[in-house]
Amino acid sequence: MTKPLLIENARIVDPASGTDQRGTVLIENGRIADLALDGPVGVPDGAEVINANGLVLAPGLIDMRVFTGEPGWEYRETLASAGEAAAAGGVTSFVMMPDTMPAVDDGAVVDFLVRRAKATSKVNVLPAAGITKGLAGKDLTEFGLMREAGAVCLSDGRNSIQSTALLRTAMSYAANFDMTIVHHTVDTSLAGEGVMNDGLFATVLGLKGIAREAETIPLSRDLQLAALTGVRYHAAQISTQRSVELIREAKRWVVRDKLASETDPGTRITAGISINNLCLNENDIGRYRTYFKLGTPLRSEDDRRAVIEGLRLGVIDTIHSDHDPQDSEVKRQPFAEASTGAIGLETLLAAALRLVHSDEVPLLTVLKAMTSRPAEILGLEAGRIAKGAPADLILVDLDYPWQVSENELRSRSRNTSFENARLAGKVMRTIVGGETVFLHKD
Amino acid sequence: MADTPASTSSGDFPPFRQRHLISIADLKQHEIIDLLDRAERMVPVSRQERKSLPTLSGKTQINLFFEPSTRTQSSFEIAGKRLGALVVNMSVKTSSVSKGETLVDTAATLNAMRPDVLVVRHGAAGAVELLSQKVGCSVINAGDGAHEHPTQALLDALTIRRHKGRISGLTVAICGDIANSRVARSNLLLLGALHVRTRVIAPRNLLPPGIEHLATEVFTDMEEGLKGVDVVMMLRLQHERASGKMIPSVREYYRFYGLDAEKLAFANPDAIVMHPGPMNRGVEIDPAIADGSRSVITDQVEMGVAVRMAVLDALLSGDQA
Repeated sequence: MTKPLLIENARIVDPASGTDQRGTVLIENGRIADLALDGPVGVPDGAEVINANGLVLAPGLIDMRVFTGEPGWEYRETLASAGEAAAAGGVTSFVMMPDTMPAVDDGAVVDFLVRRAKATSKVNVLPAAGITKGLAGKDLTEFGLMREAGAVCLSDGRNSIQSTALLRTAMSYAANFDMTIVHHTVDTSLAGEGVMNDGLFATVLGLKGIAREAETIPLSRDLQLAALTGVRYHAAQISTQRSVELIREAKRWVVRDKLASETDPGTRITAGISINNLCLNENDIGRYRTYFKLGTPLRSEDDRRAVIEGLRLGVIDTIHSDHDPQDSEVKRQPFAEASTGAIGLETLLAAALRLVHSDEVPLLTVLKAMTSRPAEILGLEAGRIAKGAPADLILVDLDYPWQVSENELRSRSRNTSFENARLAGKVMRTIVGGETVFLHKD
Repeated sequence: MADTPASTSSGDFPPFRQRHLISIADLKQHEIIDLLDRAERMVPVSRQERKSLPTLSGKTQINLFFEPSTRTQSSFEIAGKRLGALVVNMSVKTSSVSKGETLVDTAATLNAMRPDVLVVRHGAAGAVELLSQKVGCSVINAGDGAHEHPTQALLDALTIRRHKGRISGLTVAICGDIANSRVARSNLLLLGALHVRTRVIAPRNLLPPGIEHLATEVFTDMEEGLKGVDVVMMLRLQHERASGKMIPSVREYYRFYGLDAEKLAFANPDAIVMHPGPMNRGVEIDPAIADGSRSVITDQVEMGVAVRMAVLDALLSGDQA
C-alpha cells in the first residue's frame, strides 16, 4: 500500500462540478479521499505532500479514440508504449479501438487486452469491442460476452458499416445491453479513392477528394436509426459544418422525447471530434505531407471554425487524439498510397489548450470534453474530482511553452501531425489510481 | 523564324536557379520564358544533319517510368542522347518495385549509382516530389498522377508561341477530362503565369472542384466555350475507364464534346488544334481535324524533344555544385 498523497495549493479545475478554484486534494488507497476548496484537510500520518504552486489540478484525460499495434503490429505501438505516451500527455484512460490483428471481436481478445494492459500499461486501457466480426461489416459479434469481458463500448474502429439493415440490428441489440455504439461514418462508395478533402486544394495537388457528404449522409442515417432503436449512439469523429447541424438536430429529438433536458444533455446522442480537425485544416497537407493524411480528412477552415463552435456550444461532446501509430514504411509513400493516421496522445492536451489560449473555447469546456463527458458516455467513475472518485489526476502548467519534436515523443511511431508545433501547456505530473506514472523533468 | 544551327546552348543564358523541375507552380514567369527561349535554340539542333551537342557529355540520365509511356520516354531519351548524356531506361516491369520495394528504397538504390538526373513518371500525385527529396541529383517530373506534367505544358507553350508569334493576350481552350488531367493542370498554371485567358470546357462531372480558381472561364457547352479562341487543346479521354462510369458512352461524349469541324467553326478562323497524345480518334477528336491543316499535333511532338533538351541542359549545366 502506497502512502497517502496530499496535493495542496492547486488550482482545482473540475468540469463535472464546474469548479475552478484553489484547493487541496487528499489521495488514499487509489481514490480521492478528501477535497477541500477553502479550508485545510486533515493530513494523515506519513502522507507525501506536494505543493502544486498554483498549477491546475484536473481529472486525468479520457481519450475516446486510440489505436495501438498490440496485438499484431507491436513495432508500431504496444500497450506499454501507448501507456508511456498517454501518461506523458496526461491521458489516464483511453478507449482502445478494435483494429488489431486479430481484431477485438471476441470475448477472449477483450480478456487478453484487459489482462495485458493491466500488466504492461501505465494508464487504464478500455477496450472497444468490434460490432462485426473482423470489423468486416457482415456478421454481428457477441456484444454481451464482450461486455462481460470488459468492453466499454462497441465500435468497428476505422471501418464504417455500410449496410443500413445490419446497422439497425446492431443498434437494437446494443440497446438491449445498454451499450454505446461508437460509429465512424463514411459512405465508402462516395468516398471512393479519395484521400483528402474535396475541393480546390485537392484539385491543385491532383489528388482525389472525399466529399463532405461521404460523412454526412451515413451520419444522417445513423441518427435516424438511433432514434428508431433507442440505442446510445456516439458519432465517432465528425469533421464538417453540416455534421454539427445534424448532431444538433438529433439532440433536439432527444430532448423532445424527454430522454434529456436542456440542462442535462444525457448520453443518448453524442459526438466526438479529433484534435486534428479542431487544430488543423486541409492546407496543412502542404505538398503531400502524409502525416496529415487522416482517417477523417482535414477539412476547410470554414469547417474547422464550425466544429470549434460546435464544441463551444456543447453540440460536440468529446475531444480525442485519434492516436494512430503508423511506421515510416507506410507513411513515406506517395500521398494516395500512404496509410492514414497520426499519433496524438502526447500532444492532445497542449493542442486542445490552443483553443483556450486563443479565447475560442473556455478551459472548463475543453477539459470537460476530455474528462467528464467521455466518462458519462462510457459510464466510468473517473473523469471528475470528487470524494470517492478514482485518483486519476493531472497537474498542468497551462502556459508551459514547448516545441514538439518527433524524436522526443514516447510513441513507437513518429507520425505526429504536430511536428515542430509550438504549444503552450504541459502536464507536470500524471497520477493513475493514486500512483504517479509521469513526472515532468526539465 | 530563322533556324540557324546552334553552336553552343547554355552559354548565352544565365544559370538556371532550379535544381528540379517538379511543378510549373515552382517556376517564376521569367524562368518559364527562359526555358522557352532555351528550347527555341534547341529546335535547329534536331534539324541538323548531325543532331548533337556535347553539353551533357559524361552525364548520366535515368528515365524511371512507373507508368508505361512510349512517347514521353522516347522524347526524353532522344533529348538526353542528343546532348551527349548516357541515358538508361528503367521501366516498372524490370524494376524491383513490383517486388514490394518502396519508392523511397528505389530512390536510395538509384541514387547510389550516382546519376545526374532522374526523369520520373509515376501514377501517384506527389510521387516525383517525394523521390526528389531522397536523391542527390536533379529530378524531372515526366508526369505524376493527376498532378502535373511540366514539360508537356512547356512544349505546348513553345508550339503556341512559334505558331502565333506570342503567348500573352491569347485565349486558349482546354477541353475534355480536366478532372483527371495533369496536362490540364500544368497548362493552366503555365498559361496563367503568362497572362493567357484560359477556358476549360467539359461536362460537369469531368470538371474538378475549384476549377474556377484555376481557369479564367469555365464552360460546359463546347460551342459557347470555343467562341473566339486562338488555341484549342484537346485532352485524351480514358474511355476504357470512363465509359459507363464517368460518361454514359463514347458516342454521346463525341456528340457533345468531340472536336469536329462544326464545333471548331466557333473558334477563331486561324485557331490551332493541339492534343498531348496519344489521341483517341473518334472519341475526343474527329480524325479529319486531327490530321487536318489546323492541327499542330506533330509539331508538339517535335517541340517536346527541344523542350526536354532545354530542361536537361538548364538543370545540369547550371552551377549546382
